[in-house]
Amino acid sequence: MPGSTPLQSQHRSKMAALSSPLRVCRGILKELRAIQGPSYKKSLAYNYIMDQFRKNKVTGEKYCRAKQEAHHASHTYLCLLASTRNHLVLHNLYHGKGERSPEEVAGLVGLRLPTQPGGKGWEK
Amino acid sequence: MRTFQTQTSRSKVCPRNQYYECVARYSAATAERKRFYQDVSISQSEGGLYEINLDQRKLKTPGGKLFTVPNEALAIAVATEWDAQRDTLKFYTMHLTTLCNTALDNPTQRSKEQMITAALKFLETDTICYRVDEPHGLVELQRNEWDPVLQWIEKRYNVTIGSSASILGPEIPEATKDTLRQHLKSHNFWSLTGLEYVITQLKSIVLSLGMIDRHLSVEQAVLLSRLEEEYQIRRWGNVEWAHDYDMYELRARTAAGALFVHLTSESSTVKHKLLQD
Repeated sequence: MPGSTPLQSQHRSKMAALSSPLRVCRGILKELRAIQGPSYKKSLAYNYIMDQFRKNKVTGEKYCRAKQEAHHASHTYLCLLASTRNHLVLHNLYHGKGERSPEEVAGLVGLRLPTQPGGKGWEK
Repeated sequence: MRTFQTQTSRSKVCPRNQYYECVARYSAATAERKRFYQDVSISQSEGGLYEINLDQRKLKTPGGKLFTVPNEALAIAVATEWDAQRDTLKFYTMHLTTLCNTALDNPTQRSKEQMITAALKFLETDTICYRVDEPHGLVELQRNEWDPVLQWIEKRYNVTIGSSASILGPEIPEATKDTLRQHLKSHNFWSLTGLEYVITQLKSIVLSLGMIDRHLSVEQAVLLSRLEEEYQIRRWGNVEWAHDYDMYELRARTAAGALFVHLTSESSTVKHKLLQD
């Protein structure tokens, strides 16, 4: 990509390993395997992706626009799969637990909720 | 916030009732559901449109319409999203599906012109054009990272945008708005839905066009959009449950929007040359 600035180069060096089509393809397949398990090779997405990568591999021209477009699209799809997965992981890790019950909240400060054998009066 | 504009069409149903009905149906449709299907597959109808099948049933939009997409790649990507769900359906991870639903149902009943106007409004407060005066490190960072993108878009579209540190933002000449309006008009309705979504996520027309025109990758566009946050992270440290969470969510949405635009706006053909080995 033209015009690399310092901050972008830092991030790009993390991504530079990703920018070759082979790496992007491997990355996408990894994500598909994470989604679909061991039978990922039978999925629609796998067949389509492999098909697209094969079709765009060989080109006679030095700068093939379709190849660049396909490469950008594959990179975008990899980003989509990876970030959705990471977002879900973080969500489940930090935001997935919901609210605590009153008993748990009391337990946090070492107290217990009082029990009233006859009920509180307003319960049915 | 989008304002609801009354329609001057000759429909017999009162537009306002239809709007509220749609909203009620949407909230019911997007409540939490368990995965109720085993297999996801796609099929092509006679009109050349693709449909998604969950087991034997055809997928429908929240508005009740049949879910159809114009090409196979998008259908496969949507099917993969549905296939990725485990015990419960997490709609907030199914960005492509959501975009397709929005394009098909158009729940806020907007026309292309309204969407283009809403998108162009972002130009006046474009992230790239709004600069700070201090701290000095951030000023430099903004100049180094954002100026090249501004130069790129000014050259690519032959417009003047400029940047400003004042509270009012830069003065955008009408010619710039007209040029960009013409460009946005060239997108079809689906593509424009995706593009407007990306602009709303990145809060910048410049970055969105840069990414759609393949000058920037998704990661780069998201980085530039969150430049001030990245600066503060470097200074004060990263908080995973907030910073990374937001970053991944923004990346996922932006990537989905970009893919949506690309898949709905181009048709690719492979030209085979005569000499095959």
